[in-house]
Amino acid sequence: MSRAVGLHLGVIAALLALQFVLPAYHHGVLARVMVMAVFAMGYNVMFGYTGLLSLGHAMFFAAGMYGMGLAMKQWDVPLVPAFLLGIAAAFLLALVVGVLALRTAGVAFMIVTLMFSQSLFLAILHFGAITRGDEGFALARSLRQVAGLDLAAPATRYFAAWGLFSVVLLGTLALVRSRRGRVLVAIRENEERTRMLGYDVWRHKLMAVVVSGTICGAAGAAYGVLFGYVGASFSQVPYSIFPLLWVLLGGAGTVIGPFVGTLFMFYLIDLSSGLTDAYMLVVGVALVLLTLFLPRGLMGSLRDRGMKWLP
Amino acid sequence: MAAVSLLSTHALSRNYGGLQAVKNVSLDISQGEVRALIGPNGAGKTTLVSMLCGRIPATSGQVVFEGRDVTTLPAHRRIALGMAYTFQITSVFAELSVSENVELAVQRHIAERQKITAQVDRTLERVGLGRMADRTAGDLAYGHQRLLEIAMGLGQTPKLLILDEPTQGLSDSEIEDFVALIRSVSEKSTVLLIEHNINVVMALADKITVLNFGEIIAEGTPGEIRANEAVQTAYLGG
Repeated sequence: MSRAVGLHLGVIAALLALQFVLPAYHHGVLARVMVMAVFAMGYNVMFGYTGLLSLGHAMFFAAGMYGMGLAMKQWDVPLVPAFLLGIAAAFLLALVVGVLALRTAGVAFMIVTLMFSQSLFLAILHFGAITRGDEGFALARSLRQVAGLDLAAPATRYFAAWGLFSVVLLGTLALVRSRRGRVLVAIRENEERTRMLGYDVWRHKLMAVVVSGTICGAAGAAYGVLFGYVGASFSQVPYSIFPLLWVLLGGAGTVIGPFVGTLFMFYLIDLSSGLTDAYMLVVGVALVLLTLFLPRGLMGSLRDRGMKWLP
Repeated sequence: MAAVSLLSTHALSRNYGGLQAVKNVSLDISQGEVRALIGPNGAGKTTLVSMLCGRIPATSGQVVFEGRDVTTLPAHRRIALGMAYTFQITSVFAELSVSENVELAVQRHIAERQKITAQVDRTLERVGLGRMADRTAGDLAYGHQRLLEIAMGLGQTPKLLILDEPTQGLSDSEIEDFVALIRSVSEKSTVLLIEHNINVVMALADKITVLNFGEIIAEGTPGEIRANEAVQTAYLGG
């Protein structure tokens, strides 16, 4: 077993162990962080590894969330198939958006993804009769049961979040160490050279968008199931910016970075809001300092300073 | 023995607005030969090879590779058919290690992990970068980056290796090594060499094509080209 695999399995094991020792409050925070870290890991596949900066990833999160939520609420689909429907919705959306948005690059790509994401937000409002618009809807606790397990209960919720997190962490690790994963990095580094090595750059980019969108959809669906709420705010601009921030903080293009960044940001807000009402100022200053002194993010900087093996 | 054609073009042209950068070029490169493409700056050499490997589309004309019309194929498909292109301006993956660079060239056509590693090592040894396998490509000296560029070409074990001004910026001793390397490469591959250094061209080429203002003005063996008046006029002005 290589150091890299060992490290990631270690993180997974540590998170499992923490489940039994954490006080209730932090237990809840960590469950949320793990789900959001899945969102960030999905984002990282596109941004960190392929070099595609999207400003519209809220749409994939929301597609997963609404795909799951509407299926359960409107059509009485049981939880597990509803969860899979949510993922399928994000997959389809990513495929369509990918095919269209990848006709552009750079700034235009950012604008196009932002635009698609806003369209989804507006569509959610427009079809308020089904989606309950701005308000969103809650998923009753009775719906959030699977095989006799109550996903609304803290312990099962933590365990479910941990399970999804582990699968996605190991999945992205396998992806970036695979042959295809290395081609994604090559595209990020030098697209023209990659093409002139005989790789179909467009197809690889589309694969990155679809994998990324699908993972983010899984995060959205899981969030809805575990926290019992489906709302339009998750499809708005802040939820496109958060994963970008988390990934940048933790280290774009590192497998563990998105989790580190998400965890860091949650506790930064948590701690500073306990100190002052102007906590966003504290957060802002911290982010500026990090960008100035650790431009590659926390894990990226570690990789630069000796941990070259970090995937 | 009749030479088998590997790559040929028929009346290949490229216009940029009103400017005709390449005009009706018809070439025929045989399997196993080393062909040099020379000509003054701005003669259209890079435009021509870019059309061969698909980096830019032809305005009109045809490119045939191994008997197959590839004119409308995108670049990556042509590369996959067995062309390799090394860039005039060094274009390596600066953030990746030297061996990862070559690995990307190798892994497209080899499946097994061990064979990939072996091929990467062999290729790096061949260009003399064996000791630098773990270095970051962007940290290499310029001459070594040029060699890495060539290694990425060789790593693909191409049928046709296109080298766009490979010796540009190399020292005399590096050029000597380069000439020896291309000699050994040409035993197995066909080579198309764009080159300014006339000594390199004379040492390596079986046949030389001279381009001026987008047109072929002469074609022949090194001896014939040396004696050609049109070539001398193009180079010396007149």
